[in-house]
Amino acid sequence: MTEKLLQIDNLFIELPTGSERQHAVQDLSLELAQGETLCVVGESGSGKSLTARAVMGLLPAPHVRVSGGQINFNSEDVTKATYDRLRDIRGSEISMIFQEPMTALNPVMSIGNQIDEIFRYHVSMSRSERIERAIELLRDVNLPNPEQIMNAYPHELSGGQRQRSMIAMALALKPQILIADEPTTALDVTTQAQILKLIRDMQTASNTGVLFITHDFGVVADIADRVVVMQHGIVVESGTVNQVLNSPEHPYTQALISAVPSLMPREARSRLEKTVLQVRGLNKTFGGGKSFFGFGKPNREVRAVKDVELDLHKGETLGVVGESGSGKSTLARCIIRLMDTDSGEISIDGNEINGLSRAEMRPWRNKIQMVFQDPFASLNPRVRVGDIIAQGPVTQGIDRDEAIKRARELISIVGLDGRAFDRFPHEFSGGQRQRIGIARSLALKPEILIADEPVSALDVSIQAQILKLLDEIRDQMNLSMLFITHDLRVAAQVCDRLAVMRYGEIVETGATAKLFANPQHSYTRDLLAAVPGKEWKTGAKSSSVKSRTKSA
Amino acid sequence: MTRSTKIVKYVSRRLFQGVPIILAIIIINFFLLNLAEGDAVDVLAGEAGSATPEYMAQLRAKFGLDQPLPVQLLVYLKNVLALDLGYSFRHDMPVSDLIFDRFFATGLLMTCTILLAVGFGVLLGLLAAMRLNTWKDAVITVFALITYATPLFWVGLMMIVVFSLKLGWLPTSGMENVAAFYEGWDRVKDIAVHLILPTVTLSLFYLALYTRMMRASMLEQYGQDYVVTARAKGLTERRITFVHVLRNALLPVVTMAGVQVGALIGGSVIVESVFAWPGLGMLAFESLFARDLNLLLGIFMLSSILVIVVNLIVDIIYCFLDPRIEVS
Repeated sequence: MTEKLLQIDNLFIELPTGSERQHAVQDLSLELAQGETLCVVGESGSGKSLTARAVMGLLPAPHVRVSGGQINFNSEDVTKATYDRLRDIRGSEISMIFQEPMTALNPVMSIGNQIDEIFRYHVSMSRSERIERAIELLRDVNLPNPEQIMNAYPHELSGGQRQRSMIAMALALKPQILIADEPTTALDVTTQAQILKLIRDMQTASNTGVLFITHDFGVVADIADRVVVMQHGIVVESGTVNQVLNSPEHPYTQALISAVPSLMPREARSRLEKTVLQVRGLNKTFGGGKSFFGFGKPNREVRAVKDVELDLHKGETLGVVGESGSGKSTLARCIIRLMDTDSGEISIDGNEINGLSRAEMRPWRNKIQMVFQDPFASLNPRVRVGDIIAQGPVTQGIDRDEAIKRARELISIVGLDGRAFDRFPHEFSGGQRQRIGIARSLALKPEILIADEPVSALDVSIQAQILKLLDEIRDQMNLSMLFITHDLRVAAQVCDRLAVMRYGEIVETGATAKLFANPQHSYTRDLLAAVPGKEWKTGAKSSSVKSRTKSA
Repeated sequence: MTRSTKIVKYVSRRLFQGVPIILAIIIINFFLLNLAEGDAVDVLAGEAGSATPEYMAQLRAKFGLDQPLPVQLLVYLKNVLALDLGYSFRHDMPVSDLIFDRFFATGLLMTCTILLAVGFGVLLGLLAAMRLNTWKDAVITVFALITYATPLFWVGLMMIVVFSLKLGWLPTSGMENVAAFYEGWDRVKDIAVHLILPTVTLSLFYLALYTRMMRASMLEQYGQDYVVTARAKGLTERRITFVHVLRNALLPVVTMAGVQVGALIGGSVIVESVFAWPGLGMLAFESLFARDLNLLLGIFMLSSILVIVVNLIVDIIYCFLDPRIEVS
């Protein structure tokens, strides 16, 4: 029997009065043993992050506080520990890594300095010893040129490198517990796979207990020993990873797991041969301009899109997949003419639209519309939902009453209450806002819909609903869709064909099923190999995939 | 390329870019000033009381004021390029001598003001943020609000009433006690005593502004993720405040201070008039009424050079404070 490192008993975390609910966390109990990885899973607002913070005494005081229960770390209740004792524990016995490695590091301090602080405040070592240790740590997390990274600032590193530095910092004093709060959510899938492996390796090397907070069941399947599922601050289910993932008992866990898109691609639907959108030789370069007076060296040049060719057939969904920076969003913006291209042809139904002026472009705008990624930023907060939807048709010269009637129809089509018409965007949740965004894009009755990561900002259960909605309206309205995503699971469920992008180029295209079964390009293989939890839920869930296709 | 050679290249390029800006400022100012009715001859004639039109025409010819405007501008520009700022008929002295004479006084006042405003503003803002929602915070916030809302000239006058007339601690006006013929350190001390009231008056408004900015900026930075990281590393609150938060919180204050140097020159006109401080502000004020356009143009040019140089200095400070800013 291994020693219990951390034991949380009946923990209550109280929210300030006037919040949506009284307790962020209610009657939570969990245990973590040495060398064990415990995953706390839940959607946003489930209280999983606050639980993690409470362990380190890092709740946003004085508004949010522990109001009951015990957090025993090696049989010492940290909720009753003095400030000095807590400071001792933090960073040396329990340490933490965070979701967003850009904001979690101080932007104006070098990485070396930020690692050095931990040594200075916990152990006495000479300066040269500390530097040596820090370089060693950076080498341990597989960073290239550790000496150089010591003097680098966070903005000079990539997301993965920053997260590696964070891990180096967290493991500096060989803590007994590592708390990881969504450490890979902000990272690309291939980077995520590397970071997960790194955490695994570090854990085996020093027998650390890892408390891993995540919303991603794929990640859980890959790294967890045991799982705790949280909903609205309450633990609804806990058990070994095998129990929870393969035979979940609580309905909420069951719903969450069935909402995770399967990696088994759907069958491609029949499509017409007619090509509605054709892209040939598209190029887009950023930077490279000269300074104001025309002298000095030119800015750094980035070729965001390189010689891209695409064909979108009537009624099909073409997925564009790739990691951040691969140029997929730029491609979308170029196609819909939100950005000017350097060269290339874009034609809708055989009519060239690249190079048209704003005024000449206007009649084409109702053929092609876009759904944006961030439902919080893409809706004007000062305009009522009804107007947001009706604005497009009115601009296109449709009678105002007619447009409003259509807007009301669309609101019910996307599954919102009719009262939404007179409300403002901030009154809605993320998923509801994305529904509004979809209604807005449909208002012009487009033939082509470009969806730029429409579900990546949403919780998994909401994501499933939005994907289902997109599926339905696509069939109802006979839309052709260009679907941009970084998530291969989503792509597998939505797209008939896929185009894989890297560094602005399309490296491989093909039918989704074929591409998943037999990827040709090495990058496609890397991407597929990096999808978390791929062993879990590939073959086993194919039945549910079939039923989805049937109902669609 | 090392950072220092990069900075040297950057500075020389920025100074080079400043030339066309200053040229444009001179040209615009030249036409703006000539839009106003009357010239130096009108004023001279008016003061003399009896000047015949012939004598005035003769004076204009002598000063070159009878030429068409574009010609006057070209002559002026040619002279400026030869570093000759013209002649002030009013003061009977070359403009450059006059300006450089007064520049020391204004430069001293402005430097002290900026140091006082930024220094104490940052300090008070920091203190208020560290003692959030305590009586210290309340006192500092109320003080900042009151000074923020009080007009400059009124503060100046009240300071004179209280500290010079009632208490008799400080001199009412001027830059030094000319009659005392102090030399060496005695003179420095004398100037310092004279400097107190104008500096405090001029800096109060900015001090209040920077206090409020610094407080808000500190509070914003306290809410950032990296502060949680720092706490999770087990650092002391002292270290978090003074090393992590402070440097980040300074950035907007430094930006603001740089932008406001130009406004400070405007503010110095009032303060220099109230305290009879023999600086550029007062000189500009006088020459405006004397229609001494050569002198005004000279002062404007110097001010614009000053603003460009200060902005450059601020940008350089900024890239040391914030490694994300690259000099290129």
